[in-house]
Amino acid sequence: MNVLLDHFSLFRDGFLGTLSLTAVSAVIALVLGALVAACRVSPVPPLRAFGTMWVTLLRNTPLTLLFLVAIFVVPQVFFPGLSYYTLSVWALGCYTSAFVCEALRSGINTVPVGQAEAARSLGMTFGQTLRLIVLPQAGRTVVPPMSSILIALTKNTSLAGAFNVFELFGAQKTLSELGYSIVVIFGWIALAYLIITLTLSGLFRLLENRLAVAR
Amino acid sequence: MSASVLYDVPGPRARRRNLLYSVVGGAALLGLLVFVVMRLYSQGQFESYMWDLFEYNGIRQRLLDGLVSTLLAFSMAAVLSLVLGALLAAGRLSDHRPVRWVCTAVVEFFRAMPLLIMIFALYLSVFTGTPLWALVIGLTLYNGSVQAEVIRAGINSVPKGQAEAAYALGMRKTQVMLTVLVPQAVRAMLPTIISQLVVTLKDTSLGYVITYEELLYAGGVIMRNTVTEGGNPYVPVVIVVGTVYVLMCLALSYLATWIEKRGRRSRKGTPPAAPDASAPTPGAVPPQMAPEAALEAPRKS
Repeated sequence: MNVLLDHFSLFRDGFLGTLSLTAVSAVIALVLGALVAACRVSPVPPLRAFGTMWVTLLRNTPLTLLFLVAIFVVPQVFFPGLSYYTLSVWALGCYTSAFVCEALRSGINTVPVGQAEAARSLGMTFGQTLRLIVLPQAGRTVVPPMSSILIALTKNTSLAGAFNVFELFGAQKTLSELGYSIVVIFGWIALAYLIITLTLSGLFRLLENRLAVAR
Repeated sequence: MSASVLYDVPGPRARRRNLLYSVVGGAALLGLLVFVVMRLYSQGQFESYMWDLFEYNGIRQRLLDGLVSTLLAFSMAAVLSLVLGALLAAGRLSDHRPVRWVCTAVVEFFRAMPLLIMIFALYLSVFTGTPLWALVIGLTLYNGSVQAEVIRAGINSVPKGQAEAAYALGMRKTQVMLTVLVPQAVRAMLPTIISQLVVTLKDTSLGYVITYEELLYAGGVIMRNTVTEGGNPYVPVVIVVGTVYVLMCLALSYLATWIEKRGRRSRKGTPPAAPDASAPTPGAVPPQMAPEAALEAPRKS
């Protein structure tokens, strides 16, 4: 208990660091993932190839390697002078976008073709079909996988702590260097992560219930 | 693209438009690629002195040792996590309530913990001098919990009648599980288990943080300790190490897809089901096929 109270500001900063890393990289991942998913389902072969390559490459690369690319290669070759925070957020966002893309794409693929055919034969335009028929149905199937993707993202943000961004893993390192028992520290850090992940899964369950339709 | 949810079969005008988009999109992507390559080139990343380091035996040996360490950690973690997963799954399916509770708590806790936090804590508390074991045990606890859920879902996906029939024949609990449920469940869950193994393989790279000398750590050491005329050889090392990782993971992923495709083949010469025929698609099944589909249904559920 003493560790938490004596170093409350450290824990708080770590907690907020993890939260902000998660939130910012989640936004990047969702936007990029949606764009790449749009590429992957488009009738334009070069864009489809690009989407497939993006997903295959990022899904099969360890996140740690991606962090090395972001921290060492990107400043050296492309954009010098970016902060570790920005670089980490982009590494996490790009990595997660591949998973978001796959979730969205498989969501669209679960919509029966007959639905869109019926919409088209009623004379709906592409936009109407997408907005009124396909996306509402796809959205429901996408919610559960999206929840687990975001929870995985929360856990993955801990890697940023190994690359000089202060968050919960950084707090754990600092405290263990101060000489506290690692078991106690681990307990508190674990609790902090549990708070975030349980809140996330609770929110998504609520969303799922709101969207659920009796069929 | 014959029958897509999103697009009609393109007519002449749509085809012309798609061609236009293809040309524009292709040009944009090509431009991006050219930009990246030119940037790397102008920074001297393709000069021979940047790549010379791979000529040295010491560096090759170091990378090879790293690869061996990665594979060692992966194989140990893979075997142990499957064993732990099987045990936890059996616990979660147990008839005894306390066992079920304990196993559920363990699975939920370790699934919710960031792997890095666990590995680091294990490294500092229990396995102080041996990062290999910290990595392996951390990977085992996390992936074992995930595999437990996969195995449990697989066993639950076997139709209920199978277990009921086995009990009716007088089999014991263990017999039902081992001779009836598990063999059928393995078919369904093998692809998922292998994709989780890909995750395990990728996560061995977390050994980088606790200074376990696996492939990525070896790459990191080489990157930092080698200085060429053009600075540290970050790009060459990342390209080489990254290619090795991607190829290893792709090989495992292809194994999973191959097994999945094999499993989808029919068992007794019945025509193979279309990929999404299990989802009831109104209109997709011609009416005269319906009774037969209804007969098929209980076996799949």
